[in-house]
Amino acid sequence: MPSRVLKNVLRKLIYGTWGSAPSDRFQKVRYQRIWVSAVFITASVSILPLLVLTGFNFSQYQRALKEESTHPIHLLVSTSKRSLEYSIEERRNALLYIAKTNPIDELRDKKRLKIIKTNLDETFAHFVDIGLIDSNANLISYVGPPELEKKLSGVNYSREEWFSEVLSGGIYVSGVFKGHRGKPHFVIAVRTSDDLGDIYILRATLDMQLLTSQVPAFGHDEVSDVFIIDRDGILQTRSRSGASELEKSPVGAPPYSDSAEVSEIMGKSGVRFIMGYAYIANTPFIFVMTRPMPDLMKNWLILRRNLLAFLFTSILVIIVLTMTVSSVLVSRIREADLKHEAALHHVEYAAKMASIGRLAAGVAHEINNPLAIINEKAGLLHDMISMNEDFPSREKSIKIIESILNSVERGSTITHRLLGFARHLDIQITTIDLAALINEVLGFLEKEATFRNIEVQTFFQEDLPTVKSDKGQLQQVFLNIINNAFEAVKKDGRVGILVERKDHDVISIQITDTGPGIAEEDMDRIFEPFFTTKSEGTGLGLSITYGIIRKLKGDIKVESKLGQGTSFVITIPVEKKL
Amino acid sequence: MTENLSVLLVDDEEELVSALRERMELRGIDAVLALNGQQALHEAEMKKFDVAVIDVMMPEMSGMEVMEQLLKVQPGIKVILLTGRGDENDSAAGLRMGAFDYIIKPVNINVLLDLIRRAVKKNND
Repeated sequence: MPSRVLKNVLRKLIYGTWGSAPSDRFQKVRYQRIWVSAVFITASVSILPLLVLTGFNFSQYQRALKEESTHPIHLLVSTSKRSLEYSIEERRNALLYIAKTNPIDELRDKKRLKIIKTNLDETFAHFVDIGLIDSNANLISYVGPPELEKKLSGVNYSREEWFSEVLSGGIYVSGVFKGHRGKPHFVIAVRTSDDLGDIYILRATLDMQLLTSQVPAFGHDEVSDVFIIDRDGILQTRSRSGASELEKSPVGAPPYSDSAEVSEIMGKSGVRFIMGYAYIANTPFIFVMTRPMPDLMKNWLILRRNLLAFLFTSILVIIVLTMTVSSVLVSRIREADLKHEAALHHVEYAAKMASIGRLAAGVAHEINNPLAIINEKAGLLHDMISMNEDFPSREKSIKIIESILNSVERGSTITHRLLGFARHLDIQITTIDLAALINEVLGFLEKEATFRNIEVQTFFQEDLPTVKSDKGQLQQVFLNIINNAFEAVKKDGRVGILVERKDHDVISIQITDTGPGIAEEDMDRIFEPFFTTKSEGTGLGLSITYGIIRKLKGDIKVESKLGQGTSFVITIPVEKKL
Repeated sequence: MTENLSVLLVDDEEELVSALRERMELRGIDAVLALNGQQALHEAEMKKFDVAVIDVMMPEMSGMEVMEQLLKVQPGIKVILLTGRGDENDSAAGLRMGAFDYIIKPVNINVLLDLIRRAVKKNND
């Protein structure tokens, strides 16, 4: 039954779901409140710092790991940026130098241009061809691969975009295009002029290797991709994803920046990428490197999982511990409160009984004196009348006086009992065998029990220690209570007497009857003098019993339920200390 | 039927003790009345008594003190203490101090007379 086990665990964990009588609902709510605030405060004090620390660690690790994974990309991208910029600038400057140092006439001369090209090739790689174009966009001189020389003779570039760009800008680096030759390439063009001020353009074509040589050097791992795009997001080199030059790149052109940047982007399939990129100065090129995020952040994800697992386990442990400890503490507090309350009640009750006793004794004493006077005066009258044969209405008078004397007797019985309740007797301590004592008392009542068919069951624990107490007084106590039990059970009832040792130094005598029981509202008052439910009772029996038991340093308690009978429990110390 | 007994009754409650004396006299017992300790000692100096019945609870001089003094004046006198219920400790102390017995108020005259006769009998023995 796992649900039952869980329920039991929860009942232990959460205070107030166990062990409270419905009658103390108010108290229960009070202790539940204490419990809730104890749990809340303790848990907060322990969990808050834990959360703050974990949060701090979380962000620290996150930053460190991010840096760790973005830093190489940043490094690669900025290195590539510098390298590419240098390669292109170097060639552009070479072209500028040629344009500045060679008169147009020499450049027009194909032989001369060929020498220049040869020199250029010796110094720089990747130049495919070089050509001079006049202001009408006609190619007037050209040195390059023979098949291109043929193809390009008499070509007019006036429609090409780069032509107008270089006319207005002076220097121009194109993006990759296929152009007349049908192969991807790009051009660098510089503007120059002759002595007459006519404008010419010196243009050189560069092969793709210049770009691709920068690219495959990186991205050795399986998942990285390195490529170059232009500012419209068109691929200038092949990408690992399979797209070739001049196709739309998987990533658009990123926002412009002078330096290398690293940012996160979302791929088409929802995969997060880290993208490093750099705008290559004075060219349309953007160097791009991408790497899928999960791979880069693998370590971070593991760490994050561990951190969260640690956090939640700790919180769970703290909460369970806090709840358990609080439950134990609150139940201890409650127990202490209950004990305190019971002790207070006891003291209060004992004080009440003591003051009632003093009051009763005072009243009884004061009433006893006039009773004694009435007794003597009436007695004297009785003597006088009974000695005088001629007294008128003699018989009637004697009867009246006897009635007065009887009433005095009744009154003095009550005052004597009242005084007995509070009297200060010398206690005669002897060693008593309780079992024998109770059997003796039962002996007095044997006839009545037989006559009324009352079943008396006794159980005496074996090896009962003897007690040191006052035999006569204890006899009176047991006689009183057993007699009460007999009166309560009427005919054919049962009375049980259980004597056993409890808590080492106390003997408990439990006298139980199957009578009608005591109403709850009467329970608190049954030891008070004059409290009685019997029509003919004085209400003094139990109060005297109570007084005796207290004097003998014992205790008497009653438990009863209407319709189920009554149980008196008397406890007497084994070693009596006076 | 005079029994030739002389009894000293000591009690501050005059109503009580005067009725008691009259009842004793009706039964042929000669009783002298004292309302306090001084008076009792005074009477004891004038006359020899067989028995003294003394109330324990009296103002000024308590029954115990009266008994003590009285026993000095008349060592052979038998003392019966008159007590209220609840004064058993006093009574027991009284017995230790030489009282013959004690009797609890209100008093049954026959019981008291019986006690007095027993006291006198013991004295004569």
